Amino acid sequence: MTLTTSAPSEVKKSSKNKYIAALVAGFLVCATFLHGRATLFLDPSTNTSFHSWLNSISDWITFHRTSNPFLQIVVEGIRSFINGLVTFTQNLISQGSGNRSTPIIGWLGVVAIVVFVTFVISNKKIALLAAAGMTSLGLLGYWTESMQTLALTLGAVVLSLLIGIPVGVLAGIFPRFEKLLMPLLDFSQIMPTFVYLSPVTLFFLIGPASATIVTLIYAIPPVLRITSIALREVSTASVEAGISMGSTKWQMLRKIQVPLAKRTIVVGINQTIMAALSMVTIAALINAPGLGQVVLSSLQQLDVGRSFVAGLGIVILAIVLDRSTTAAAAKVEEKEPTEQSKRIRRITVGISAAITAAAVAISHSVTWAATFPGTGVIGQHLSNGVSSASAWLQDHFSNVTNAMTNIVSYLFINPLQWLLAETPWYIVGFAWIALAAIIGGRRVAVISAICIAGIIGTGLWSDTMVTLASTFVAAFITVILGIVMGVWIGRNKRADSIIRPILDAGQVLPAFVYLVPFLGLFNASRFTAILAAVVYAAPAAIKLAADGIRGVPAGMIEAGIAAGSTPWQMIIKVQLPAARRGIALATNQGLIYVLAMIVVGGLVGGGGLGYLVVDGFSQETYFGKGLAAGLAIVLLGVMLDRISQAVAKKNPLQQG
Amino acid sequence: MTSASPMISVKNLWKVFGSNPDQVIGTELASLTRSELRAKTGNTVAVRDVSFDVAPGEVFVVMGLSGSGKSTLVRCMTRLIEPTAGELHFGNEDVLSVDAKRLRELRRTKFSMVFQHFGLLPHRKVIDNIAYSLEINGVEKDARHARANEVIELVGLQGYGHAYPDQLSGGMQQRVGLARALAVDPEIMFLDEPFSALDPLIRRDMQAEVIRLHHELGKTMVFITHDLAEAVKLGDRIAIMRDGAIVQIGTPEDLVMNPANEYVANFVKEHPKSHVLTIRSIMRTPGTGEELSEIALAPQTTVKDAARSVVGSTRPLRVVENGQVIGIVGHDEILRAIAGTED
Repeated sequence: MTLTTSAPSEVKKSSKNKYIAALVAGFLVCATFLHGRATLFLDPSTNTSFHSWLNSISDWITFHRTSNPFLQIVVEGIRSFINGLVTFTQNLISQGSGNRSTPIIGWLGVVAIVVFVTFVISNKKIALLAAAGMTSLGLLGYWTESMQTLALTLGAVVLSLLIGIPVGVLAGIFPRFEKLLMPLLDFSQIMPTFVYLSPVTLFFLIGPASATIVTLIYAIPPVLRITSIALREVSTASVEAGISMGSTKWQMLRKIQVPLAKRTIVVGINQTIMAALSMVTIAALINAPGLGQVVLSSLQQLDVGRSFVAGLGIVILAIVLDRSTTAAAAKVEEKEPTEQSKRIRRITVGISAAITAAAVAISHSVTWAATFPGTGVIGQHLSNGVSSASAWLQDHFSNVTNAMTNIVSYLFINPLQWLLAETPWYIVGFAWIALAAIIGGRRVAVISAICIAGIIGTGLWSDTMVTLASTFVAAFITVILGIVMGVWIGRNKRADSIIRPILDAGQVLPAFVYLVPFLGLFNASRFTAILAAVVYAAPAAIKLAADGIRGVPAGMIEAGIAAGSTPWQMIIKVQLPAARRGIALATNQGLIYVLAMIVVGGLVGGGGLGYLVVDGFSQETYFGKGLAAGLAIVLLGVMLDRISQAVAKKNPLQQG
Repeated sequence: MTSASPMISVKNLWKVFGSNPDQVIGTELASLTRSELRAKTGNTVAVRDVSFDVAPGEVFVVMGLSGSGKSTLVRCMTRLIEPTAGELHFGNEDVLSVDAKRLRELRRTKFSMVFQHFGLLPHRKVIDNIAYSLEINGVEKDARHARANEVIELVGLQGYGHAYPDQLSGGMQQRVGLARALAVDPEIMFLDEPFSALDPLIRRDMQAEVIRLHHELGKTMVFITHDLAEAVKLGDRIAIMRDGAIVQIGTPEDLVMNPANEYVANFVKEHPKSHVLTIRSIMRTPGTGEELSEIALAPQTTVKDAARSVVGSTRPLRVVENGQVIGIVGHDEILRAIAGTED
């Protein structure tokens, strides 16, 4: 690494800006004169030969499922194992089995178990919250669906932890193994959740097995990554002391490293649970049963009320799971209490266990405790209320919402789409590669070129550009929001203490539920998808920007104040420039999150690649096309990630 | 102080950090200074050709500023860091050639270590921190707790066995560190700047504690410090390190009175010489018929300690070794020593 002094890098930067300006100008000129040519537009009903080829692979797999040894033994083996597991958890809490019309454990038993477990792993307050939350699921009229979601989530979480924690421990001890895993984990993190779905269904068919596998892919990385970090972050003092006293590797792990990493590992478990819940709801697209299914079907029927109530159910489940595991992580830190309080606790736990067992037994056989009583009238009322509120809003404020939709559409989305999707592909492609080269150098340019070639290969260039236009608009709004809010809460401790918990809560909610309120206000449109994407991506962007602002050295701030800066000058001339790296990171994360949500927005009129993915699940003829769309999303994601990361890397905090 | 069979023997020990350390030792590169070598090869010499012996029961202090290599040296001696070259014997055992299993055995029984930042395990109670070595060596719970309670008493931590480390003050935490090191009844203790993280007052208490424990238990100790006063107070002999090499080894008096070079001289300049100067080096032969005090002093008494008795007596005091009067000290000698040496 060579350190350049600030003078030459200033020169380089200004010439860089000149290149970019020239590039943009050239691009605009070309776009104007060559408008509408070579756009590679593909009619929605047309399959390219690549799509047909993918279809034929799918056909081949279907045809050979029972004859090909790999498919028969490995794929079908995994599928039936997971199906068995899912059937077991479903029989346990959400469906009848054998000659039973109700699950083995009825609602009362489930509520009792959840309350008991939250009480043991966290505390009384959270246990009460869990009781209220679980009961309200029944009152909303979605007990069975909630249990389907919970059963799928728990199955996936158990498998995720069984795989993620041991592998994470290995990665924590063996740095080389970790290095090997890193790109895989990074990749799974930048891939929008949506795109796992098609390739997995190719092998494991639509249904619970695929739903579980996609959930695993999404939910294993958090706990794996955090476990390995937790192990490596055990203080060197403790590790050195352990070695110096003659511990074997195994003793080190069992008696020192894992106990000290426990709290952080529980944080990882929390993230894995939340990721699993999020993915299980999205897996509704491949026929996973549960609340996601209700949200999905009502989104498709534009039934705002019903999707709201089911979405609320998901939020309640998310809150119960998140709060209890977060409290559990805090509890790990608590030291062993006194003998007396230990005895009292043992007695309380014993009594609660007995009550829980009784509740489970009753719920197994007595009807009122097995099936949640009532018909979900409350949920029905709520649904109707929300529907009419939405209708009323759309009636009375349609000029406002329409105006917003139109302004954003005509001012931003349409021009961008005009530029990106209706300009010859070679102009757009060249501009991209040139931009990548200017910002990130040769490596990033090569990666971008490969991605662009790949996207053209999928035959979905035009749809990709439509998605890209929406992504840019949403990312632009997200970054502006991120900087403004980030500056505010980065400078104001009080605002931070109020807003940050809201952002944290926002980050644990499954992506799906963000679509609901905007659908209620703005109907199905590209703008709805963009708004949902902004809300989905904003928490991460705001937090990163705020951390960047907060991270500006105190000495720099003092010097700024001492020089007599106004608050505004402070922000513009000191804090923002110094926090450039944090803001670049916020942009990077914002882009990745936005892309993930924009494609989900394909469900509510977002169009582009996301729509093709969804279409691929529902119509067999377009399966290959959906798969190709997934691939295009991945390529687009990689390209956006690399370029925006290059920006973050090229703008280090200039020190001294 | 070196006896015929040393407890620890270090010979030509090297530690070179970098991608290709072997290219340094034994070549002309070895004679380069640290910065020259780093510029030339990218390697850093942390310990440079260090040799010394430590006698059984001796407190051997290694002193140097930060970056002098003293911490690396002690880690090489416990093989927390593998030395690049050299020899290391504890008694007759060649420590550098033992396999991992024997090394663990040595660590569990023969020597132990006290760390600057205590290195306590925060998830274990004090008693389980102290019993850790015994636990991993397969000692039953009752037996190891009994032993742990013994050493808890020894270091004055009665009543704190069931506390957690973070509930104790820094000084008390380091008492746990000492107790843990004593629990296995080792022959050698390595103390790596054990009191540097403590307040000056607590530090003084802990130094006294180490002196007491050394008197009671007579362990061989290798004590690392950057504080000359601490080195002089505790050390039978002191090795001064600079840039990875030992500049001088000697008794506190040697170092203060006869510094080997300017570096050491600068180091000890501020140190009151009366604290290290012994009366052996200022005594004179008695004049004929000179009347002497009844009080006798040992020759290794420092001027500072002798001053009060000498000044309190009107006649010179005798210096006695093995029952023989080998010299006397009077007011003149003490005054001259203090006046001539304090600057």
